[in-house]
Amino acid sequence: MLTNTKDIEQVMKVVGTSPVRPDGVPKVTGQAQYGADYSLPGMLWAKVLRSPHAHARILSVDTSKAAALPGVKGIILGSDFPDHPFDYVGPERVAQNYWHMTRNIMAREKALFEGHAIAAVAATTLAIAAEAVSLIEVKYEVLQHCIDVEDAMKPDAPLLFEDMITRGVEPAPSKPSNISKRLEFSVGDIAAGFASADEVVEMSFKTAAVHQGYIEPHSCLARYGADGQCELWSASQGHFVVRAYTAKLVGMEIGNLLVHPAEIGGGFGGKTVVYVEPMAVLLSRKTGHPVKIMMSREDVFKSTGPTSGSSMTVKIGVKKDGTIVAAEGLFKFQAGAFPGSPVMNATMCAFAPYIIPNVKSVGFDVVSNRPKSAAYRAPGSPISAFAVESVLDILAKKIGMDPLKLRLKNAVKAGSPTAWGPKHSHDGYAETIQALLDHPQYNKPLGKNQGRGVASGFWFNGGGESTASVHINEDGTVVIATGSMDVGGSRASMALMAAETLGVPYESVRSTVADTASIGYNHVTGGSRVTYATGIAVVEACNKVIEDLRLRASLMWDTDIKNVVWSDGYAKPVDKSVGNFEPLSLKAIAGKRAVTGGPIGYEASTNAGGQAPGFSTQFVDVEVDPETGAVKILQFVAAQDVGRAIHRDYCAGQIVGGVVQGIGWALNEEYIYDSKGRLSNAGFLDYRIPVASDLPMIEAVLVEVPNPSHPFGVKGVGEANIVPPMAAIANAIENAIGRRMTELPMSPPRVLAAIDAG
Amino acid sequence: MSKHHVTTVINGDPVEFLCQPNVSLLDVLRDELNMTGTKEGCGTGDCGACSVTLDGRLVCSCLVLGVEAQGKSIQTIEGMANGETLHVLQRKFLEHAALQCGICTPGFLIAARSLLERNNNPTEEEVRFWLAGNLCRCTGYNNIITAVLEAAREMRGA
Repeated sequence: MLTNTKDIEQVMKVVGTSPVRPDGVPKVTGQAQYGADYSLPGMLWAKVLRSPHAHARILSVDTSKAAALPGVKGIILGSDFPDHPFDYVGPERVAQNYWHMTRNIMAREKALFEGHAIAAVAATTLAIAAEAVSLIEVKYEVLQHCIDVEDAMKPDAPLLFEDMITRGVEPAPSKPSNISKRLEFSVGDIAAGFASADEVVEMSFKTAAVHQGYIEPHSCLARYGADGQCELWSASQGHFVVRAYTAKLVGMEIGNLLVHPAEIGGGFGGKTVVYVEPMAVLLSRKTGHPVKIMMSREDVFKSTGPTSGSSMTVKIGVKKDGTIVAAEGLFKFQAGAFPGSPVMNATMCAFAPYIIPNVKSVGFDVVSNRPKSAAYRAPGSPISAFAVESVLDILAKKIGMDPLKLRLKNAVKAGSPTAWGPKHSHDGYAETIQALLDHPQYNKPLGKNQGRGVASGFWFNGGGESTASVHINEDGTVVIATGSMDVGGSRASMALMAAETLGVPYESVRSTVADTASIGYNHVTGGSRVTYATGIAVVEACNKVIEDLRLRASLMWDTDIKNVVWSDGYAKPVDKSVGNFEPLSLKAIAGKRAVTGGPIGYEASTNAGGQAPGFSTQFVDVEVDPETGAVKILQFVAAQDVGRAIHRDYCAGQIVGGVVQGIGWALNEEYIYDSKGRLSNAGFLDYRIPVASDLPMIEAVLVEVPNPSHPFGVKGVGEANIVPPMAAIANAIENAIGRRMTELPMSPPRVLAAIDAG
Repeated sequence: MSKHHVTTVINGDPVEFLCQPNVSLLDVLRDELNMTGTKEGCGTGDCGACSVTLDGRLVCSCLVLGVEAQGKSIQTIEGMANGETLHVLQRKFLEHAALQCGICTPGFLIAARSLLERNNNPTEEEVRFWLAGNLCRCTGYNNIITAVLEAAREMRGA
């Protein structure tokens, strides 16, 4: 692991080290409790009936035989949930429509994709619940379906919603379609820009829908009492958001729902929404028993959000010296059965890494008979980057320029424009390119059938609402709590920042994730926001504690607080004039807490702005087997600006993990549908994510250009790493065999066909 | 469907349970015996999260019926540490940050121990191929492979 550190003036004692995480031992001994690991006395098991059809009107549902089965305690249908007005709420980039959301939880008028939930049964055993599901009689009118985004956009395509008028088009279309939304970001004069170019490349690309592939299926346990109080144990990326969605969808007040954060077995964006939680709560309310639901892997593939497949065209013009003068992109995204693909992110991120005076970026959000898409690591950005970074590679070759140097020449920095308005506020991109230019392996000669490719990526990163509390225990040890689900070691990062701020050893800080009744609101663990925003809340709470500790010391010394400083974990007199006092440790002050004001503890909340984006630049060496078309990854180097690494190993772990998900996206992963719109590969055998024997060691290069908005310089690190791999690998394949792959995945049959096409 | 009485040894202790003939060993462990350290990721033998050993043989417990455990000795993640002392593999997984979410970790540990019992000096490639039946979506495998190689080195006294 190389490190390129720049402009770091602060000297850290614990930040930047790599201690073992607080949740480590439970996770290696099998004691950690994930969503499916909770049980309660009197608990029922629930099973969900799912649509076998891609598109069908639900004519009737007869549950009488199922209800008569001994052991069945309750059955729910979509109509048991309250309905919601048709309205898009929240900022456009992440807008929600509860009319859609409740229908995604459980179908009402129509089943819109294979696997769409139709009914759920709670019974005394899982076997009885499963038998009851088979006894539910549903009459369907099977309708024509559409799967591919281009097919869904055709004027004669079967409509998922007979009244859907495309948003973002003036004047509004008179006819309904499957196009939910059109959006555009433009700057400059696109025609004049291309006219001034020396070289222009335009190319079309397709990408497949891919699943986040977390190993833990969605699971939860709900207990609803006769007093209207409900407790929910759920594995999610945000138990406060689970609480909000579930309360809204079930029709209860947020204050009556307490959500416990189960350990989460992977999310990558896919667990920022709810599926089983509202069903379990409603079944528990109906039956008076605790209810547990666990999805099967098949359910996960068929019924939860993958990220969008797409169809794209990108055109870029450059001068001979490498200056990009114009860029145009058309991005058509599968939203799944309900609107809300990440196409807006894609249109924004596509050209975001580059200073381009003339840009036109157009996106379409299109529904088709697939599961509703959900967030997946830098949602949208990897898809448009596949097209943009492929075209840049072709242009670099045309003008005879090193592809990294082409990127460096046009790289954005603080003050550079964006296509969507506000200027970039942070450096960091150029530094990731330079890190690879300086890498000893970047110019290493390659062998036969081998090729090297580079690509870069941008992700906004998030800030937002977080809360943390810090309490000094009676013996001077420290306990901190946040409401941010820990998906990859954030409890350790929070403890490191608290220890650094308080000036105490990491080992004296216990770091926890609190339930929704025990800490203030935290938004989801997503957008690479937690180390940044929740970290700010932790540091602010620590600073409040320090202020109080100084006050306590001043009382103990009978002096003014301004005469007390906090340094290296001790209260100290500001100078000798205050008196000849021994420094007071946390333990010493905690021992006197009762006579200096009582328990010592503070909560801090923030709605953090000032987050800096993530930039990643990567190179990959591949070898293509000309007999089979199989692509082997020989070496992969991924540089990312992390601002400042709080926990070095976990930062590197995010980068390596994101790259490997990108390798799967590039080479193997896709949703495959049969002619009836049924998913053919709903399992890990046929939906093949990378395994250990597919891969070499991935090298992470931590570039540190600190973010001045964060006390330690943090930039979110979880997502930018998945943006470049698909294009980097496509560029490497082209370098190896002279064929340009324009469709993902670049699986052996496709690569072989490209070789054979000559 | 009537239940069968099954007598086994789990992590060295005698254990009896009743189960229907169509219930998997995984479901018996998790739902009957409350041993939830063994995880379900797929239920079809593709992800390795439910790895246990049956008379020393590495298996996916989702592909074994509970009744097949009759008279056999089962090792699960709950039996890996010795009291407060972690197994070398467990310690190396922590030291080398070989887990992020941790849901796959019990399966990887059981599978890795099974490898090291057969080959105490595996190459990186041998580790990668032995663990190819265990899926991890978080780590990209780097640190898992390193942890297993480091555990092997320590166990050899090298």
